[in-house]
Amino acid sequence: MLGAFDTAYFAQQVVSGLASGGVYALLALALVIIHRSTGVINFAQGEMATFSAYICWALVTSHGWSYWPALVATLVLSFVGGVGIHRVVIRPVERGSVLRIVIVTIGLLIAINGFIIWQWSGEPQQLQSPFGTDIVTIGDVAVSEHDIGTIAVALGIVVLLWLFFQFTKVGLALRATAVNPEEARLVGVRVTWMLALGWGLAATLGAVAGVLTAPIVGLDPNMMVAVLIYAFAAAVLGGIDSPAGAVVGGLLLGLMLNMLTFFSQYRAFDWFSEELRLPIALLIILVVLLVRPSGLFGHAHVKRV
Amino acid sequence: MTLLELDRVAAHYGPVQALREVSLTVSEGEIVAVLGANGAGKTTTLRAISGTVSRSGTIELDGKPLRGGPEAAARAGIAHVPEGRGTFVDLTVTENLKLGAYTRRDREVKRDLERIASYFPWMAERGGQRAGTLSGGEQQMLALGRALMSRPRLLLLDEPSLGLAPMVVREFFRTVRELNEKEGLTVLVVEQDARIALSVSSRAYVLEVGRVALSGPSSELRANEAVRRSYLGY
Repeated sequence: MLGAFDTAYFAQQVVSGLASGGVYALLALALVIIHRSTGVINFAQGEMATFSAYICWALVTSHGWSYWPALVATLVLSFVGGVGIHRVVIRPVERGSVLRIVIVTIGLLIAINGFIIWQWSGEPQQLQSPFGTDIVTIGDVAVSEHDIGTIAVALGIVVLLWLFFQFTKVGLALRATAVNPEEARLVGVRVTWMLALGWGLAATLGAVAGVLTAPIVGLDPNMMVAVLIYAFAAAVLGGIDSPAGAVVGGLLLGLMLNMLTFFSQYRAFDWFSEELRLPIALLIILVVLLVRPSGLFGHAHVKRV
Repeated sequence: MTLLELDRVAAHYGPVQALREVSLTVSEGEIVAVLGANGAGKTTTLRAISGTVSRSGTIELDGKPLRGGPEAAARAGIAHVPEGRGTFVDLTVTENLKLGAYTRRDREVKRDLERIASYFPWMAERGGQRAGTLSGGEQQMLALGRALMSRPRLLLLDEPSLGLAPMVVREFFRTVRELNEKEGLTVLVVEQDARIALSVSSRAYVLEVGRVALSGPSSELRANEAVRRSYLGY
């Protein structure tokens, strides 16, 4: 009844689960950074990432750039774009109710999506992988270069971000702004620029997630819709205010979904099929919000009076 | 020498006029107290100085008009410790102190961390502890330490005694006085507890509904029983 445990297949699922989890983690980090500073979920985060991937693709395809310079330009433009979005669209409504900002981010989602289709049509396009899509075999485990590269990039970015937040003056000021913007202003932090910087960082993280997703699912105006849902689930699972939680939540989610794929060969999990990935992510969001709203790493804030 | 001068300063929160007309001066090296009942405008006076409330009239530091928000005030050398423990609860003690030096560009921040540790040894020993886990008194001390890290020209203290045990309050003011005597720190302190504020300050202003009702040397205000009864409530 039970076949022999297929170690190689298991290891492949782990690697590809961590790779997709790494992408969820990056986008979840972007959500967390914005939530900590601006206090809202940025529903346009996925669309912003898609837009970045299109820029990279357009530079390569229409302007004849080679891939790496195009990628660097994409990251820079995404950062500037994120700062610009904050200054132009978010800042005017920032002092209003949270609902207003949420509606603005939903409007942004629709606007960016419409712009992409208007500019580049809705036809799926092909964006190359920064790492190639060859399969390498380590022992008898076959994994794709793209997955290995994705895991490395995700981990590298997480470490860099951690160093930035923990050991630089600007990183400290960003954290102070997230904890208490009024206080931050009193010590001389230019809070509105910190918020803009947060949007820039989030847009750049999204850009990385976008150029890593496009080679797998195809460059398409709606390619990040599902990834954004996974990122929501990852952020909620880890704790919406916890950068470390977003990373762990993302990797855990990617791993868990692939484990379901792996174990679906056994009778206990044979109900699972790939169509259930998104509903399961939504179920996770629901269960975490009901059972432990602060997530795995978030802590309930205790205020002394 | 006059360090801070407020000339007919008014301020309002939306339609509510919190300060009608406040004029006061603080000289370098002085501790000045602002007293008065709840709602007299004590806190608003400090907020007008640090630019966290919209204001009119002129406020000059070192003869130069103060304009703009709190970021500008911080850069001009004003350290404002707001009411209710102005600390970043999710950050560590050391991070809180470092944020105090945010506007500084010199390389002596590290030396100042040691200087602060000489006043408050526990801040060095428990530098990695989250500020939110400190006691109320410790948080108030940390807010003071953070303010000192900016090497302020002027320290604004808003109701430091609020919610603290009397012994902790005395300890706090003893430290403020020591800093004033040793380092020439200039302080403008708003206090509900008139008795202790008058004992550490050299001069005091008493506010009543957004105006200065009375001012003078602290020792005189303390000695005058009529003043004590009608304005200071003790």
